[in-house]
Amino acid sequence: MEGAHDMGGVAWSGPVLPEPDEPVFHAEWERRAFAITLAMGMPGGWNIDMSRFARENRPPEEYLSKSYYEIWLAGLERLMLERGLVTADEIEAGKPLHPAKPVARTLSSDGVAAMLHRGGPTQREVRSPALFAVGNRVRTKMIHPPTHTRLPRYVRGHVGVVELLHGVHVFPDSNALGQENPQWLYTVTFDGRELWGPDGDASVKTSVDAWESYLEPA
Amino acid sequence: MTGHDHDHHHHDHSELSETELRVRALETILTEKGYVDPAALDLLIETYETRVGPRNGARVVARAWSDPAFRARLLGDATPAIGELGYAGRQGEHIVAVENTHQLHNMVVCTLCSCYPWPVLGLPPVWYKSAPYRSKAVKDPRGVLADFGFELPDSTEIRVWDSTAEIRYFVLPMRPAGTEGWSEQRLADLVTRDSMIGTGLPKQPHEVA
Repeated sequence: MEGAHDMGGVAWSGPVLPEPDEPVFHAEWERRAFAITLAMGMPGGWNIDMSRFARENRPPEEYLSKSYYEIWLAGLERLMLERGLVTADEIEAGKPLHPAKPVARTLSSDGVAAMLHRGGPTQREVRSPALFAVGNRVRTKMIHPPTHTRLPRYVRGHVGVVELLHGVHVFPDSNALGQENPQWLYTVTFDGRELWGPDGDASVKTSVDAWESYLEPA
Repeated sequence: MTGHDHDHHHHDHSELSETELRVRALETILTEKGYVDPAALDLLIETYETRVGPRNGARVVARAWSDPAFRARLLGDATPAIGELGYAGRQGEHIVAVENTHQLHNMVVCTLCSCYPWPVLGLPPVWYKSAPYRSKAVKDPRGVLADFGFELPDSTEIRVWDSTAEIRYFVLPMRPAGTEGWSEQRLADLVTRDSMIGTGLPKQPHEVA
């Protein structure tokens, strides 16, 4: 979708502002929001692309005015509301009002280390040969899906070169809708001038990781 | 003016409190419904505040600087090489290490969200997740480096990796001169978080005691 989250190359005026000796979290509620979000992945059963879509799929003014962990919180609430794990009146009241929904699994403190160590690998078995090889010139498709995609706007319709093959990975555009549809994944590298025209920096090369269905031969 | 500033500050403060209350209430609801265990939440927080952070990555870099065979394994297939030091898992399932040289400087960004190699760097800093970095890194990386207070020669090519998939990129910075014979532990003290993202350089020997 064409959301405010897709920020590559947008003309924001401000400088990057690193914070010296930055703490991991800036408030107690950030700690709890982070931990609740990770822990709810297990009973919630959603995948990372569903989580990302729940965060990014909101009006630009909302996305840009919320802090990072406020967006996490809003995304988590949406995922839980959609599945009836919590209800709007419970969030409003700040206490449980309805019986819990049965869930397959929850995260105990004994399970934390194993859950983090396992992570969520996205690589899948190869079932067909790769269409492209290292060095091939490819053009990214000009697509505008209304749902989740990981093809940023700033590379759409541009010609790049395949630099790496990563094997076959879960396709986020469909995974956000519940279908893994694994595909070959490539690192595709673009020249600065190709992406930004004569104003581009010719000494810069930028890559994205692109699934096969984002690409066509060039 | 003073009154206005005061009101503004007060406004920010009450917004924060509102969020604080909302999160606290949400945790209560989820705990009472049996979906989350507060002890597991505490452990998740403790893990990322005290155990998983950029010191892990610094150890990887120091080993690569010290051990040519490890460096080759890291650049060849980073995930198992990093796993040799015990770092693996969430947000680091598929890691690629990229090496800085005098000719080539690598920089990592996630323009779409905040993808970052957690097992070696921990959770990302606020600037990494901010609009200015996410928008500027792919178009004007030299401008970003200027925001961080340094510049590279025009002859150095800049290579920006936008983390749009589940591949996580980890920069192997150049070993500072004057560190011949240093132990891995001493070398690790030179490695900054930003040098492993590509927005900084390692410290020089005179900067560490």
